[in-house]
Amino acid sequence: MSEKYVGRPVDRLDGAIKTVGEARYAGDHRYPDLAHAALVHATIPRGRITAVEDAAARAVPGVIDVLTHENAPAMKPPPKVTLLNLSTLAIGTSVNHLATDEVHWNGQPIAVVVAESQEAARHAASLVRVTYEEKPAVVDFAAEEPNAVPQKSNALQSARADKGDAEKALADAEVSVDLRFTTPQHSHNALEPHTTTAVWDGDRLTVHEGTQSMAWTRRHLAQRFGVPERNIRMLSPFVGGGFGGKGQVWAGTLLAVLAARATGRPVRLALTRAGVHHAVGGRTPSAQRVALGADRDGRLTALIHTSVARTGRVGGHLEQITAASRHLYDSPNIHLRQSLVQLDLIANTSMRAPGESIGTFALESAVDELAWELGMDPIELRMRNEPERDPIEGRRFTHRMLREVYAVGAERFGWSERDPRPGSMRDGKWLVGMGVATAYHPSLQMPASVTVRLDADGGVVVRCALHEIGVGAATAQAQIAADELGVPLESVRVEIGDSDLPEGPMAGGSAQTASAASAVLEACRKLRRSALDLARRSAGSPLRGATDPRARDGGLYQDGRGETYAEILARAGRDHLEARAGVGMLRFLARTVREQRRWMKAASGAQFCEVRVDQDTGEVRVSRWVGVFDIGRVINEKTVASQLRGGIVMGIGLALTEETLVDRRTGRVVNASLADYHVPVHADVPRIDVHCLDDPDPTMPLGLVGVGEVGITGVGAAVANAVRHATGRRVQDLPITLDKLLPH
Amino acid sequence: MRVNGVVESLDIEPWVSLLDALRDHLGLTGPKKGCDQGACGACTVLADGVRINACLALAMQYADKEITTIEGIAKDGEGRHPLQEAFVRHDGLQCGYCTSGQICSAIAMLDEHAAGMPSVLTPSVQPASAVLSDDEIRERMSGNLCRCGAYNGILDAIRDVAGRETVS
Ligand code: FES
Ligand code: FES
Repeated sequence: MSEKYVGRPVDRLDGAIKTVGEARYAGDHRYPDLAHAALVHATIPRGRITAVEDAAARAVPGVIDVLTHENAPAMKPPPKVTLLNLSTLAIGTSVNHLATDEVHWNGQPIAVVVAESQEAARHAASLVRVTYEEKPAVVDFAAEEPNAVPQKSNALQSARADKGDAEKALADAEVSVDLRFTTPQHSHNALEPHTTTAVWDGDRLTVHEGTQSMAWTRRHLAQRFGVPERNIRMLSPFVGGGFGGKGQVWAGTLLAVLAARATGRPVRLALTRAGVHHAVGGRTPSAQRVALGADRDGRLTALIHTSVARTGRVGGHLEQITAASRHLYDSPNIHLRQSLVQLDLIANTSMRAPGESIGTFALESAVDELAWELGMDPIELRMRNEPERDPIEGRRFTHRMLREVYAVGAERFGWSERDPRPGSMRDGKWLVGMGVATAYHPSLQMPASVTVRLDADGGVVVRCALHEIGVGAATAQAQIAADELGVPLESVRVEIGDSDLPEGPMAGGSAQTASAASAVLEACRKLRRSALDLARRSAGSPLRGATDPRARDGGLYQDGRGETYAEILARAGRDHLEARAGVGMLRFLARTVREQRRWMKAASGAQFCEVRVDQDTGEVRVSRWVGVFDIGRVINEKTVASQLRGGIVMGIGLALTEETLVDRRTGRVVNASLADYHVPVHADVPRIDVHCLDDPDPTMPLGLVGVGEVGITGVGAAVANAVRHATGRRVQDLPITLDKLLPH
Repeated sequence: MRVNGVVESLDIEPWVSLLDALRDHLGLTGPKKGCDQGACGACTVLADGVRINACLALAMQYADKEITTIEGIAKDGEGRHPLQEAFVRHDGLQCGYCTSGQICSAIAMLDEHAAGMPSVLTPSVQPASAVLSDDEIRERMSGNLCRCGAYNGILDAIRDVAGRETVS
């Protein structure tokens, strides 16, 4: 393979269409008789609906129907979640919407209004009067935390680990820290609110929706609406951001499809921004303890990391909060435990680096605090505890370059200029602080199928139901296929975002690019072989006798002899060649389990942060950032850097501003808007210097490791550690708002 | 109302927002709805060259204005506006949902700056005093959220087109 495109900073292929406003998202499709739907949300956290008064709503001109549990056609109940059928992981909550009078959380959708216009639907929804019989509800995470029960482990995720006797080692340690941390609930707040346009034609269904999991969603809809999967087509060519929030099927999707079926009209249901908070889960809050013991030289003797998270009583993602503590430090004694409480709130779900993003905040803050206790440079402390093998299970790392990322990062950041004394660096009224933390995220692959077609005119078509949530999904695969087949990038077309295409991986777990790449590589290999076979069968081909030609210049060549694919196909009288590749679920799971026993694979990095803290108000500004990452081979420097920066930006939000506020009495999200939930804006984000080592992980396709999530890990701690350096104050409760830094 | 140089007549209720009129009635879906509350900037369009949040504007109030959306910013409707190209070159986007708002906002922001309009960071209200530093651009663009965090690329694209050197 000649590498012309892989590794180059190619412009994203869908950049042009996105910048001229022609990319069509789920809410951008017009149908002549399109109706609009709006949700009515419950206003109590738990209880029963005793009456629904919808006369006023029905009287609004343009209203077509008001669907409630009293009149809505029934959906089949959601199936039980099981690893034997991964599509059951697509279930947002176990509630069978509009089939029950029970209310399980404040904000649960309990009615749908369908009308001729958005305005009529929303106005009518505001007129639906619901009375309830309230039941006692448990909604306060902090109050419930002492009642947490151990989280169960499953085949893929372990919720506990023990090595040696960590508590005893901690008690005996020469130096130790024992800290409690809390992190609040977060919301993905993808800029595109969840939107579904559903169109029934008899028992065939077309769904336009920005989703991170077309295949699972389709399977789930087929089951819920009792139609064969092949009758459903999901179209999702552009997704206006996801971050985990569009990985599952939430009420909006189901109720749009239900409303379309009930009214016989194409229906668009676009959640309001508040509706996103009420109908889609976010990241769990957490309470964590990290205790570290070490000898005077900074060698760890004890590492304890325990966590409490929550789920909803009606479902929720189990977060691997202590996961990074399994892999980062060599300690003879390790104790990890994850516990849960169940609340009467909407099910939580995965959000960018679930577990690691908030887990590394606690772990890496504690490591920094230990460095203060020891009077040691925090990078040096980390290097002294860098393990040779995965500390608990003793597996080998496929790729471990934390020493290198720290060395490169320290150089680029100018770490040596840091005066280690807290509060010692100033710039006028600003206290300047510098902090570091480790980024870490396990790498994963999922099954993917692709077809690659070579046309007689030299064009190449790659087909796979990938999700374009902003990662440049098609661009990376086009680069790979162009190199593998030796054709110009311009002649490769990648078709994605349509469930009629070969099934792709879900866009989650930072797995999409590598998963698809592995199938694209295999399909291209098959295609080259078929092309060569064709050529060798024909007497006139210069490739007769060729055994191992190279793909280049639009064809196959060996020892200066060869011909283009177009010539090969023309001589054979074929108008195209096609190859399919991909592994089935069973083979895939078997391989994953085998690999997991053998190797620890991950993306990692070093986050360097400089903050400025206003000495009078406690306002924190992030003024500089350097992130150096080991993500194996870089396929596209431009889109990879963008994704890593995006993770860091979201991490700055996590560190300083983001917090979903749940009313402790009513369980209602009280800041359900972008005015009150503060995501980073332009002015909050400095120049972010991202650098990748670009050293392939030999066990991954092309050596690449997914980058979607590692960028956010370690960010919270890097900021907190910089604040500690600037002010001498250790903030253990996110977000680091100025009230936590005011002099007491 | 003139939209992208074309006179459009609409028969709509007085409460229809400019954003919904453009998207649902005129089929111009470039402007996006991220919040419908004036908090995200995804719906930014130009009204007589001035940037506004179309979700906070009633269409009726703009009957005599010239509205320009992302679909209409390329000069003469041909080719692409330099900012559109710069956004691609500098990867000032990921999912693309905020992009049309960012670009429309940036066009008007550059005009505001050229007209001497100060921002909160501008040291003096004398027109000449506003050097378009990186921080000025960040400040002036802060009404346009990008949850994908493409801010560095957006800044680079704007600076490229504004033709300025890095001034931090
Ligand atoms: S949609 Fe108008 S500002 Fe968000
Ligand atoms: S590119 Fe996704 S919100 Fe800006």
